[in-house]
Amino acid sequence: MTDPSLAKTPLHALHLELGGRMVPFAGYEMPVQFPSGIVAEHRHTRSAAGLFDVSHMGQLRLEGRGGPAQALERLVPGEIQALKPARMRYTVLTNDAGGILDDLMVTNFGDHLFAVVNAACKAQDIAHMKHALEPTIRVTPLPDRALLALQGPQAAAVLARLVPDVATMPFMSAAAHRIDGSPCLVSRSGYTGEDGFEISVPNEDAERLARKLLAEPEVKPIGLGARDTLRLEAGLCLYGHDIDRDTTPVEADITFAIGKRRRSEGGFLGARTILKQLRDGTERKRVGIRPEGKAPAREGTEIRDASGAVIGRVTSGGFGPSVDGPIAMGYVATAQAQPGTPVMLLVRGTPRAAQVAPMPFAPHRYYRG
Amino acid sequence: MAVKFTKDHEWVRVEGGSATVGITDYAQTQLGDVVYVELPEKGRKLEQGKEAAVVESVKAASEVYAPISGQVTEANAELGGEPGKVNSDPMGAGWFFKMTVADAKQLDAMMDEAQYQAFVAGLG
Repeated sequence: MTDPSLAKTPLHALHLELGGRMVPFAGYEMPVQFPSGIVAEHRHTRSAAGLFDVSHMGQLRLEGRGGPAQALERLVPGEIQALKPARMRYTVLTNDAGGILDDLMVTNFGDHLFAVVNAACKAQDIAHMKHALEPTIRVTPLPDRALLALQGPQAAAVLARLVPDVATMPFMSAAAHRIDGSPCLVSRSGYTGEDGFEISVPNEDAERLARKLLAEPEVKPIGLGARDTLRLEAGLCLYGHDIDRDTTPVEADITFAIGKRRRSEGGFLGARTILKQLRDGTERKRVGIRPEGKAPAREGTEIRDASGAVIGRVTSGGFGPSVDGPIAMGYVATAQAQPGTPVMLLVRGTPRAAQVAPMPFAPHRYYRG
Repeated sequence: MAVKFTKDHEWVRVEGGSATVGITDYAQTQLGDVVYVELPEKGRKLEQGKEAAVVESVKAASEVYAPISGQVTEANAELGGEPGKVNSDPMGAGWFFKMTVADAKQLDAMMDEAQYQAFVAGLG
């Protein structure tokens, strides 16, 4: 039976009906895979359209007199004040030391900002933002909304049957749309490297919308297992693994989360450290790693140089179905961070050859108009 | 020749003094897609219940234990290029390795098919 201590998303019953194998994740019971299996679900997403339930993530609304952008900039290094209406961007919540508290997407909806944060960090993020921003800026969690992601080369064709306008939405833009009578927020964004959409839908309409999308011939349900292999191939970080409080966005090589103006002006938690690292470099850097052969190298695997000295650690690793081989990301000493640098991975006590590799492992195919 | 089973979901089939070892259909279903198998080299001595091989699924690595004691005579070379055989044919083409039988009495004490199926049914 369902673990009563775990929360359920509005699609829980649907997942069971579809044969989802349920596992605990961030306090929720979520499907890690459906009967097809992780590899088939991954490949389906890259060739057609996959539907993901990501309702466990936190959706938030920020608003207040004069607008929340300037205030939010105290907590993130991203360019939020100049973020245009209907546009969104990826950034991070930082701490005093320049470490990362969470990564998030921020959307400008004109009279408010809409943010999506990780499920595991939801409570801390809300508390952190409320503490820093209220009462001038109101931070409102939206637990009455579910979140679906439709990803893959056929996602636009599918969603356009329900909402014709989405076909030409620019990548990283968002709009409110009534889908089947339900007031939704649709963004052209995702966590797979493919074209696709994320749809915020009221809880009471979530199952109906999911069933409608699944009824389209191109669409299959996809679990968290394939969500992880897809994002790893896309070179995207997973909070708590590739980025955490002990990594700065500079070390993590996600400086696109730092706005150009912010690099000179600062004005966010951890700016001193981050600006210094932008100027002087860092001692370590997040890189892609390609093990030779077929054996995967998992999180925690020690990375050594040719002489046997420890130079880093794998933070995410596994099998990439689209590249049909093992892939990983991790941190290495900056001197060894050039793609092509040979390294050794200690897998079950045996050194295995690998190379620092460029990311993404599978090319991004975002919509460019 | 009858197949015997372990509580860790390995099977062993003995024919003419040679034992073939693999994992069961239940095990491969639990694992999900197998992406890599690390097999013991020919000549390695195995002890019943101790680690003999490693099977990697997309999400994790799992140990495969020697169902009986003996010496490895052959590893399944096909699994290198086609680890998915463990999923598609776990009792046949997905075999892991062959070994000698050091002590046939170990087989007598193991579960047969009916007993293993009852055991799996009880796992819930």
